[in-house]
Formats: sequence, C-alpha cells, structure tokens
Amino acid sequence: MASRDNKNRVEKTIVTILLVVGGILVSIPFIWMILSAFKPESEVLAFPPTIFPENPTIENFVHLFTKLDFGIYFRNTVIIVLASFVGLLFNAMAGYGFAKYSFKGRDKLFFLVLATMMIPGQVTMIPVYLLLNEVGLTNTMVGIILPGLAVAFSIFLFRQFMTTVPDDLIEAARLDGAGEFYIFFRLIIPVAKPIFAVQGILTFIAGWNSFIWPLIIASDDSLYTLSVGLSLLQGQYASNFALQMAGAAFMVIPIIIIFSFFQKYIVEGFTMSGIK
Amino acid sequence: MNRLSGKPINKYPYLFIAPAVILLVIFFIIPIIIAFGVSFTDMDLKGLANLSNVSFVGLENYTDLFSDEKFLKSIYNTAFYVVIGVPLVIISSLSVALMLNYGSNWLFRTFRGVYYMPSITNIVAIAVIWGYLYNTDYGLLNYILSLISIDKIPWLQEPTIAKISLIILAVWKGIGINMIIFLAALQGIPKSYYEAAEMDGANRIQILFNVTLPLLRYATFFVTVTTLIGWMQFFEEPFVMTDGGPLNGTLSVALFIYKEGFQFSEFGYAAAASFVLFIMIIIVTLVQFKFSKSE
Repeated sequence: MASRDNKNRVEKTIVTILLVVGGILVSIPFIWMILSAFKPESEVLAFPPTIFPENPTIENFVHLFTKLDFGIYFRNTVIIVLASFVGLLFNAMAGYGFAKYSFKGRDKLFFLVLATMMIPGQVTMIPVYLLLNEVGLTNTMVGIILPGLAVAFSIFLFRQFMTTVPDDLIEAARLDGAGEFYIFFRLIIPVAKPIFAVQGILTFIAGWNSFIWPLIIASDDSLYTLSVGLSLLQGQYASNFALQMAGAAFMVIPIIIIFSFFQKYIVEGFTMSGIK
Repeated sequence: MNRLSGKPINKYPYLFIAPAVILLVIFFIIPIIIAFGVSFTDMDLKGLANLSNVSFVGLENYTDLFSDEKFLKSIYNTAFYVVIGVPLVIISSLSVALMLNYGSNWLFRTFRGVYYMPSITNIVAIAVIWGYLYNTDYGLLNYILSLISIDKIPWLQEPTIAKISLIILAVWKGIGINMIIFLAALQGIPKSYYEAAEMDGANRIQILFNVTLPLLRYATFFVTVTTLIGWMQFFEEPFVMTDGGPLNGTLSVALFIYKEGFQFSEFGYAAAASFVLFIMIIIVTLVQFKFSKSE
C-alpha cells in the first residue's frame, strides 16, 4: 500500500507542475498587458523589452479619460449592463412561466424559444438592422439594447431550475391569497437565488463585453461602448502599445475581480443546469 | 397535475412569458423570414433609403456566390479553422479538466479560474493584447524566439501563418467554457467506478480509456456539437485581428457576410451567404446527431 501512496504522490506532483506551467502560459497575455500598461510610451517599444516597468507611470490611464472619451464609453457600457439585467428578469419570468404553468400552446412556444438558439447571429444581423432602420432606432441606445434583452439559453436554464421548485410551495402561497406576481417576486426569486447568481454574472460579463451590435448600430461617438472605444483607440494609436494596454486593462481588470469573487457560482451553475 | 389547469386565471402564464417571447419573435423569428426574403432581392443602400428601389432577382445571389472567388476562399479558410481548431480545443480542454479533477485544494481552484479567464475576456481587449504579442518587431513572442535564435515570424502577415495564429488565440480563448463542462461531468462520475477498476488491476491509462472517457461521452458530444457550430461561425478573431487579411487569407464565411452587409451594404447578397452558412451548419449538426445515434 505504501508504494501505491508514494506513486500517487509523485503523480499528483507531476500533474500540479503541469497545471502550474500551463496556467502561467495561459496568463502570459494578461501579465504582459498589466506590466505594459504602466510603462511609458518609449519603454514598450524598447528592444529587448523590459519585463517590469522601469519608470512606472499611470499616465496611460489618465490619457484614456483626458485625450479620449473613455468616461462616456464607460457610462454607455454601464447603461447597457443595467438594461441587460431587465432582460435577465424577463428571461427569469419566462422560465418560470414555462416551468410552472400549463397553458394552451406552451410546448409549441417553448420549442420556438429553443429553435431561436440554433439561428446563427450572422443570419439575423442584417434583417434586425433593416428592421431597426425602418422604425428609426439605428444610432440610438434603445436600438443597441433591445435586440439583446431576451436570451433563449437563459430562458432554458431558468426553466430547468424552476421545474425543481415544489408546486406545493406555490399552492400554499395561493391559498394564503398571494397574487401571481407577488408569488414570483417574493417567493420564487429568493428560492432561485443560485441560478440568478450564475445568470447575473454571465449577464454582466456579456453586457460589459458587448461589441459587434453597438458597433453596427452606433454611429455617434456619444453612443460607443468601451469595446467600441478600445477598437477605435487601436486604430488611431496603432503604435502606442502602452496606451492600448491601459485601455485593455481598464476593460479586463473589472471582469477579473468580479469573476474571482463569484467563480464558484459559475462552476456550480453548470453542474446545476444538468449539462453533464 | 396540481398546476393551474381549469382555473379561471390563465392570463398569468402569458403575462409571464410575453416580454421575452415577444422580443425573441421580433429579433429572431421575424428576422429569419425577412433574411430569407431579402436573399432573393438586390437590397442595398438605395433599397434601404426607398423600398421601391428593391427588385426581385430570383436565385441570382446564390448562383453568384458560388462563382465568387472571395466566398469560396472564405469557405476554404473556415474549413481550415474548423478542421484544426475544433480537435485542438476539445483535446486541450479535456486535458486541463482531467488535470484539474486531480485535486480540490486552493491551488486547483485558483488554476481553474486562471484557465477560465480567457473565455470571459473582451474580444477587443484580446485583439489589442495579442496584436502586441504577435507584433513582428516589438512583440514578446518574437523576442522569446530570438533568445533561442529563431528568426522573426510574421505572425499576422503571411496568409497561412496568420490563420494558425488566429487558431492559437481562439483555442486559448475556447478552453475555459468547455473545460468547465468536462469538469462538471468528471465530478459526476462515482468514485466506486474507479475503485472497482483498480481492484481489477487496471492501470491509470486503462482507467482513462476504459472508464473515464466512455463515461464522458455525453459531455464530449455536447462540447463537440457546440464547438463545431461556434467555429463554423468563426468571426470575432479575424474581424478584430486581421479584418480578413492578408489577401483574404483569414477571411471566414461569417466575416464575409458581415463585410458584404455592413461595409459594402450588399444586404441581399449577404443574406444569401448567411443562408448558405446556416444550411451548412444544419447539415453538419444533423450528421453528428446521426453518428451519435448509430453508436
């Protein structure tokens, strides 16, 4: 037995070393981004490159807000994130409706919801643009937000979770005279906290990162999101890598922080949703 | 059966599902019908301004596509991405998941986060960072290679190398989500299966191939289908890194559609191309389901 334990320990050490080496390789782009963001413009072009900034500076970050409109981009991105939480509520309501009521056409409608998951983004992109153009919503915040509010996959995951809520709980609340919406907001949402946590994080990340659709719809600088602004910066300051890295860091670091606080919910969420 | 059947308050279910379902119908179902219609017309900027400028052209867009060298090139490039990228993503995410499943202390939890990070990182930020890493003159990669005296590699300037560079980036980005799915599946395998196999004297390799991998087949199927669909729509990486260049060497079908639609405003032509892509995706997915059934 002792030799087997020994062998296991050797094995575990090898696996750990492989994981650490792979993990470092995977994080090189992030490490390089953070280190370069604090270098002055001249130092990022130095050859051979310096690893740690020799003259650390926050000038690059200041430039994002003074020379460029990152303040406005940040505001727009926050608006999109907040609006996508309204979408999250719609998805949760739909998930609850499909899970806990039986009504005429339910299965057909749910199939319709699932079918939308199979349509590639490129197919709907052009007609949605044409539609929004017809009703004058291109180059507006509403036009940026509306098409992304309902997410079929999210409805699906909410429905999967809601079916596990016992019917008796809802029936008991009804007998006490609670209205249907009161039940949803006061009873179901607290019970469904775990799935809201996962979906909340994923919604935040998707909203924060939204790029293609704002790029297509917004033609005014005042409607750009952080990603659109960053891609603009990449075009305008093609050789100022320090400024580019600062812009990238400004986008990536909030996500890293939020993710490291909530990562256990994401893993649990996938286990919970039954994709095994 | 203690749901609401037979009671008079059945407007509520519709109130609950209405907001999301109406949005899905407006932004997915109706658009696909419009796209189908538009694909048989010559809709462009003039048509956008005034619908009377649009005329029906029958199958012309579709026949033009298959004699358009740029489109055929984009099909070739997409096939290149799929054939190399999909197996790479599946093998790397499975390997990482197997390693992460070895332990559960803080180190393993931390590295689970590290491997997941790229998949939630903004694509433009990724383009900016990797554009710098891949830079021929100032990039870190060429500097590291110069230390072991390898000449400068034109990561994004030569069509075939550029395709491979984009695949490396996309694999880096794609490991996270698939790794989580494999990990969830691995944690669902009862310990007793491994113990029984060890009792029978199976070694690690035998256990991997005869116990673990067969038990992962649903997860593998799910990952394969979703990854394949995702890679057939390969878009963001070439869009932000190379804009399809050099010499259309990284142009994918999805990027072709975007460029025809939003750069050249050939909406009818782009809609036709999007349907060709849609049909290719449906065919590939159906073939996969067929294969998995016959097993």
